[in-house]
Amino acid sequence: MKCNRMVDVGRRQFLRGGFVGAAGAAASAVLPAEAARARGLARVAYPSTRLANIRDLKVNEPMDIAYPDADSPGVLLKLGRPVEGGVGPDGDIVAFSVLCPHKGWLLSYSAGDRTLNCPGHHSRFDCEAGGQQIWGHATQNLPQFLLRVDDKGDIHAEGVDELIYGRLSNVLEA
Amino acid sequence: MAYKRQIDRLPIIPADAQEFNVTCHYCIVGCGYKAYTWPINRQGGTAPDENKFGEDLSRQQYQDAEAWYAPSMYNIVRQNGRDVHLVVKPDVNCVVNSGLGSVRGARMAENRPSRVTGTQLQRIGDPLVWRNGTWQPTSWDDALDLVARVTARVITEGSEDDLVVSMFDHGGSAGGYENTWGTGKLYFGAMKVKNARIHNRPAYNSEVHSSRDMGVDELNYAYEDYQLTDTIFIVGANPMETQTNLFLNHMVKGLQNGARMVVVDPRRTLTVASAEQFAGKENVLHLAINEGTDLALLNALFTHIADQGWVDREFIEKSTFRDGVAVRQDAAHPASLGSFEHALEAVRMSVEEAAGICSVPAADIVKAAEWIAKPHDDGSRRKCVTAYEKGVIWGNDNYRTVGALVNIALATGNIGREGGGCCRLGGHQEGYFRPSDAHVGRPAEYVDQFLIRGLGAVHHIWACDHYKTTLNASEFKRVHKRRADMVKDAIDAAAGRSREEVVDAIMGAIRMGGLFVVDVDIIHSQIGQNAHVILPACEANEMNLTSMNGERRLRLSERYMDPWGNSRPDCLIAAGIARHMERVLREMGHGEYADRFKGFDWQTEEDAFMDGYHQANPEVTYERLRAMGNNGVQEPVVGFENGRLVGTTRLYTDGRFTRHGREDGKALFCAGAWRGWQAPGKAREKASHRFWINNVRANIFWQNQFLDQKNEFVQDRYPHPFVEMHPDDMVELGINPGDLVEIVNENGVTQGMAYPMPTLKRNTVAMVFGSPAGSQGNVVNPGVNELVLPDYKHTWGNIRKIADATPETRAISFKSHEVAL
Repeated sequence: MKCNRMVDVGRRQFLRGGFVGAAGAAASAVLPAEAARARGLARVAYPSTRLANIRDLKVNEPMDIAYPDADSPGVLLKLGRPVEGGVGPDGDIVAFSVLCPHKGWLLSYSAGDRTLNCPGHHSRFDCEAGGQQIWGHATQNLPQFLLRVDDKGDIHAEGVDELIYGRLSNVLEA
Repeated sequence: MAYKRQIDRLPIIPADAQEFNVTCHYCIVGCGYKAYTWPINRQGGTAPDENKFGEDLSRQQYQDAEAWYAPSMYNIVRQNGRDVHLVVKPDVNCVVNSGLGSVRGARMAENRPSRVTGTQLQRIGDPLVWRNGTWQPTSWDDALDLVARVTARVITEGSEDDLVVSMFDHGGSAGGYENTWGTGKLYFGAMKVKNARIHNRPAYNSEVHSSRDMGVDELNYAYEDYQLTDTIFIVGANPMETQTNLFLNHMVKGLQNGARMVVVDPRRTLTVASAEQFAGKENVLHLAINEGTDLALLNALFTHIADQGWVDREFIEKSTFRDGVAVRQDAAHPASLGSFEHALEAVRMSVEEAAGICSVPAADIVKAAEWIAKPHDDGSRRKCVTAYEKGVIWGNDNYRTVGALVNIALATGNIGREGGGCCRLGGHQEGYFRPSDAHVGRPAEYVDQFLIRGLGAVHHIWACDHYKTTLNASEFKRVHKRRADMVKDAIDAAAGRSREEVVDAIMGAIRMGGLFVVDVDIIHSQIGQNAHVILPACEANEMNLTSMNGERRLRLSERYMDPWGNSRPDCLIAAGIARHMERVLREMGHGEYADRFKGFDWQTEEDAFMDGYHQANPEVTYERLRAMGNNGVQEPVVGFENGRLVGTTRLYTDGRFTRHGREDGKALFCAGAWRGWQAPGKAREKASHRFWINNVRANIFWQNQFLDQKNEFVQDRYPHPFVEMHPDDMVELGINPGDLVEIVNENGVTQGMAYPMPTLKRNTVAMVFGSPAGSQGNVVNPGVNELVLPDYKHTWGNIRKIADATPETRAISFKSHEVAL
C-alpha cells in the first residue's frame, strides 16, 4: 500500500521543526505609528519565485518545491491534460501546498488518481480540480499556488489562494 | 472551480482575548473548542507576548499545532452590542477530541450570523406573522398574542389533542437541557399534549425501546473503552463519516493498540476503508450483508457464541433475569423479554442459514463470532465494545435488531466493564429533561398520519423540517400545505380586521379542515413555508447551553455572542407562549386552566436550567459546570468534592441494570426471532424496483444542511445531493457523473446528482439524507414498526436521467472517497 510516490523531501525535518532555515527569527515588536504605515498593505505581498523550467517536468511525476519560502513545502505537477488553474502551453501545470489544511500533516501524491492524500486522518484533495477536498476534515480546499510561465519556460509562483497551514500570514513576517 | 476564500492573512488573537468554553453543537461526540473574542480595533502580534498562544507566530507552525486556525474558524460577530473578532478553534486539552476539528465543527465561526462579513444572513431576526399575503415582521408580543389566542381557542373549544407538536428532543444546536425543559414544561407540564412527535421521526417514542426494556441505557460506556478493548463491533454505523473524532481519537487508537474491528454494513464505508489503513486488512472484517438482514446475522452470532460456550456464565447468573419470560410480546413489546435460555430458544439461527439470508460467507460469520467472543488462549475473557446507529435504528425491525445486539453484549458480559459497552453512536448530543411523557402512550400516535387524515387544528413546530426529514414526505407535504393554505386564505380574506375577527376567520378555516402552523426556527425552513407565525430562535453560544455527548459527558457551552437580531433561546420562547396563554385563557374566563401556565417567569436560559435540570440534579449549576471546562463531567453526577463535580465513567459497573425500572436490577434478553421484512410494503416495493435507495450521511453536511445550504465551501463540493451509483449501472442507464437524475417509485419522486462509486454493489444507490435540494424521504413509504419507528433505510425505486451535468456539477471532483496512500 505504500508504493505511491511520496512527496517526502524534508518530511522528517518538517515533523520535528527542522524545516526552519533562512526564515528570519526576529519577532516584530509593537511598532510606532510611523512604521505601522509602512506595513499597512491590505494584502500580503507575495514574492515571485522561480520553481523550475517546463523542461524539468515529466507528466504525473511530482516535483518537490517550496513557496513562498522554504518552510512551506509544495508540489509542482504536470498533469498531461488541461486542468483548473493550469499554466504552460498545455494548461496542465499546477502547484499546491502539501501541508494538509486540517492538521498540517504532509500529504503524499497518488499518481494513480492524481490526488494528494493525508496519512494522518485520510483527507484527500484532487489535483485536477483546483485542490478540491474530495473527502476529509479540512474546512478549506487545498491552497493552490498561482503560477506564471515566462518566455524561457521558467515557471514562477506568484501567489496563493487559501491560507497555508501553520501560518496566520501566508508570507511570514520578519 | 474549487471554492477558495482568497484569505492570505488572519487577525492574531491577542494575549488578553476573552476565552470561552465551547462544545461543538453539531454531532453527538461534542468536541471541545475554545472561542476567543477581542475588540474590533485591536489585534495580537507575532511575538510570543503579543498572542494568546505565547508562540512566535513569525515562524511556521508544525503538524498538530495549537497556534493555527483556518479562515473558517474566524468571523466578526456582535457581543454585548459591539462588533468583536471571533475565533473558534479545537481545544487541544479536551479529552474528547484532543485538538482535532471536524469539517463540521471547525466551521462554527464561519457559520455564525454576521452583519459585517455577511455570513448566515438567512437567520431570522424578527417574529413574522402571515399578513397581507406574506410574512410581515412584527413584535414578540404581537406574534405571541396570535399564537396564544388561536391555540387557546382550539384547546378550549376542542381539547389538547387538537394541538400537534413537533419538537426536538436532543442536545446541542437547538436542544439542550434548557430548551427541552422549556418546551417540555409547556407541552407536558402545563398541558398534556399527546399528539407530539420528535424532530426525526413521526411519533414521540424512543429509538431504542428494546435496549431500555432490557434494562440497558443506550449510552453506557466511556469513549476510552475503544482504547481498552480487543474488538470493536460496529453495526449499521459509519463513525469515520459521522462521529469523526470519536473514530479518529478513540477507535483508531484502539486499533493501533491491537484491537480488531468488525463492521456490518451492506456498503463498504469509509469506516471500513480507514480502519484497514490503520489496522491492516487482516484485522478488519467487513460483513457486507444484504440490506435489512442484520437481525438474521446477529441471531446467528448469538446462537454460535452460545453454542460454543463463549458466554460469561457468572455475569448471566448474577446480573440477568433467570426465570423464563419476564415480559410477554404484546402491542407495546414487539418481542418477549426474559432469560438467556428463553431468548436463545426463540432466536436460534444457524450460521449456514444466516449466511444464505445475508449473502455473506459462513466462515466470516464464524470469524466475527470468534473476534467478538472467543476467549483468549489463556482463557481470559475477550473484551468487545459494540456500537450501532441509523443502519439499525432506521432499519428493518428496529426493536428486535437492537435487542439482538444487546443480547450478544449481555451474554458475553460486555456491559459495565472496561473495554465493553453496547451503545448507539448517536446523532445530535443529548440533553433531554422534560416532565413525564407517559400520557403519550405506547405505541405513540403516528402523528404524520394523524395530520394527513385531516386531524389536529394547530401545529407547533420546534426546529424540525419534515419537508426534508420525514418519511412518506411527498404526501405529507401535499396535505400539510393544502391545510395551511386554507388558513392563509382565511387570514388574507380578513385583512384589515381586528385581532378578534382574524382569529375567528382562522377558527373558521380550521373547522373546514385547515391547520394553523407556528414554526420556531433559526432560519426560514421548508416546512416554514406553511407557517402563519414564525418565531426566531437563537443557537448555542448565542445563549448558554448544556448538553451531554455520547459518553454522557455534560458540558456548559458558553454564550460568546448576542442572539441574532431579536431572536431568543427556545426555552424563553416557550416561556413567552406560556405567559400569553395564561393571560388569554384568563381573559376568556378559564381561570383554572390559566393557572396551569404559571411558573414560566424565566429571564434567562440559566433560570430555565435551574427550574428544570438542576431540580433533579442539585449538585449541578452553571458556575460548577463552567469550572469543569471542556472536559465537563460524565453523567450521572453523583457528588461535588473539592470544588469539582463527581461523575460516572461508565454505567452498570455494579452489575445492576435499571433502565427498565425493574426493582430486581436484572437485565433481560430479547427473544426476537428473524421474521423478514417487518414494515408493511417493503417486500413488495423491493420486488418491483431495480435499485435499493439507501439514505446515507456525509461528513461535510450537518444534518439537513440548514446552515450549510448557505455555506459556499459545502455547496461548492456538492451543488446537488449526491446519488452514488455503481459506474456500470450509470453506463447502462446512459448517466454521466454530475448528471441530474430522478428516483421514482409509488411514494413519490426525488432528485440528485449522479456520483460514481465503484465500491457500491450493483443496483444499489447511496443518496445523501435530508438535502434541501432533494429529499430522500419523498420516496420512503409510510411503513413503520409496531412502535412507530420508521424504516427510512429501505426504499426501492427506479432511476432516470433528467438533465445533463450543470456547469457547477461538472466542475467538481468525482474521485473515490477512499484515501490512496
